[in-house]
Amino acid sequence: MNTTSAVRLAGVTKTFGSVRAVDALDLTIEPGEVVAFLGPNGAGKTTTVDMLLGLSRPTSGTVEVFGGDARRAVALGRVAAVMQTGGLLKDFTIRETVELTASLFRPARPVDEVLERAGIADIGDRLVGKASGGQQQRLRFAMALLPDPALLVLDEPTTGMDVQGRRDFWSAIRDDAERGRTTLFATHYLEEADAYADRIVLVRRGQVVADGSAAQVKAMAAGRTVRATWPGADSRALAALDGVDGVDVRGDSVVVHGSDSDTIARFLLTNTPATDLEITSRNLEDAFVALTADPAEGVLA
Amino acid sequence: MSTTTVTTDRRVPPLGGFSGRLLGLELRRLLRNRRAVIFTLVMPSVFFLLFGTDGDYKSDRVGAGNWTAWIMVSMAVYGAMIATTSGGAMVATERAVGWSRQLRLTPLNPVAYIAVKALVAMTMGLAAVVAVFVVGSLVGADLPLWRLLLCGAIAWVCSLVFAAFGLFMGYLLPSENVMQILGPGLAILSFAGGLFVPLSQFSDVFATIAKLTPAYGVGELARAPFGGEDDLALAALNVVAWGVVFVLGAAWRMSKDTQRV
Repeated sequence: MNTTSAVRLAGVTKTFGSVRAVDALDLTIEPGEVVAFLGPNGAGKTTTVDMLLGLSRPTSGTVEVFGGDARRAVALGRVAAVMQTGGLLKDFTIRETVELTASLFRPARPVDEVLERAGIADIGDRLVGKASGGQQQRLRFAMALLPDPALLVLDEPTTGMDVQGRRDFWSAIRDDAERGRTTLFATHYLEEADAYADRIVLVRRGQVVADGSAAQVKAMAAGRTVRATWPGADSRALAALDGVDGVDVRGDSVVVHGSDSDTIARFLLTNTPATDLEITSRNLEDAFVALTADPAEGVLA
Repeated sequence: MSTTTVTTDRRVPPLGGFSGRLLGLELRRLLRNRRAVIFTLVMPSVFFLLFGTDGDYKSDRVGAGNWTAWIMVSMAVYGAMIATTSGGAMVATERAVGWSRQLRLTPLNPVAYIAVKALVAMTMGLAAVVAVFVVGSLVGADLPLWRLLLCGAIAWVCSLVFAAFGLFMGYLLPSENVMQILGPGLAILSFAGGLFVPLSQFSDVFATIAKLTPAYGVGELARAPFGGEDDLALAALNVVAWGVVFVLGAAWRMSKDTQRV
């Protein structure tokens, strides 16, 4: 059981007419990983998630969830999802919606437990139509917890939630991840990906363009920036270092940008009188823009 | 608390997810819909009180009963038509808001889903028939009890045709307000099928056309226990033919829908 990947996508392609939404995408997720799935609109995130949940079939390639068919994994409750497109019925109460879903899974977690964990136990009798967007999103989360899934797929899970709601939500997700639940989430909040994912997968035009920890992905795109205090800095010597692509002298400060911050720092500390060294990576948003921008638009210089 | 390793005792639910619990929740939801309750349980009785309680209707006989009872049965058929059609057409709303997509993330089998919709529709149909019959009995509808029960049973069973019609339309028209289209449509069909005005009031041409419309057969069969009708074979043929058309139509649209997943 330990050798089976939670998700295995191999050469998955999905075309709609002449549009290639997903293009020979490979992705393997091991049990227990918390993976953020990022990409601009139209990058193929939702199409990929749909195939993972058995809501659509790939034009070619293999989709395996826990070593088997995605539909089957959904029916057995191994996989559950919070989908943006999944609608709710206004005439049900929050509790009734969860009860209905619970009646379908074998086994299912107790209704009170999932309401509690999603933070909506106190509004169970409210009609769904009278619940706020954030409360509806918590309801979707409660429903996804019912089968106690081994893989949880979340498409923009915190949309509509306030700050506190978001924090509660992620703490629940992290708790489960520590107990071994695999989680894959797509989000527009890059800081959420940065803070809560073990691994970030960036997609562009239906292909994976970056895959690694948040720190790795940030470094991949833009390298790091090293700042030091060095009056009269020798910018030529710095520019000659391996991987340096920019040196900027600002008064007594020098700012060096490059792919290998270790070499820059070592040089500054051992060969120069530089002090007050600071090394910063560019943030995930910079990396996101750099890695997913269309080269034709000139953003990736 | 729970373990999140892949447990081996996971199963799919029996009967594809169909259960009394699911049915009960769906009925509760429908009864919460005020508009549905008014249209199915109140309006047919109001129509009956408006059209069927004239003094002459209570004294004039038609077969084994009086005209008031005859109109009561027609209005019960009308009520059952609305109830079962709107029950079936609930799928339109559920598709429009994305609930059917949400359900695809559960083990619920599409056949079990349709079975629940059909049963909810038929339960509402039964309630519609009972409501009109209770009101009718209170204001002077006269028909021997066994004939009355037979009328009700036939009206109810035949309204299955309209449950299929509702499902067909529900899959054909993906709109949240599908009953705003179907409501007036059903009124026209009821008129054409002789539920509001007897076909004998129509010209020959219109009466012939009327016999081909779907409400005609159900109405004729439901009033058969009054005795004295001669066109029962034609009426039965009408019910069966429209039933086949609507069931095939619903099945066709449904299979289109599940292919798309």
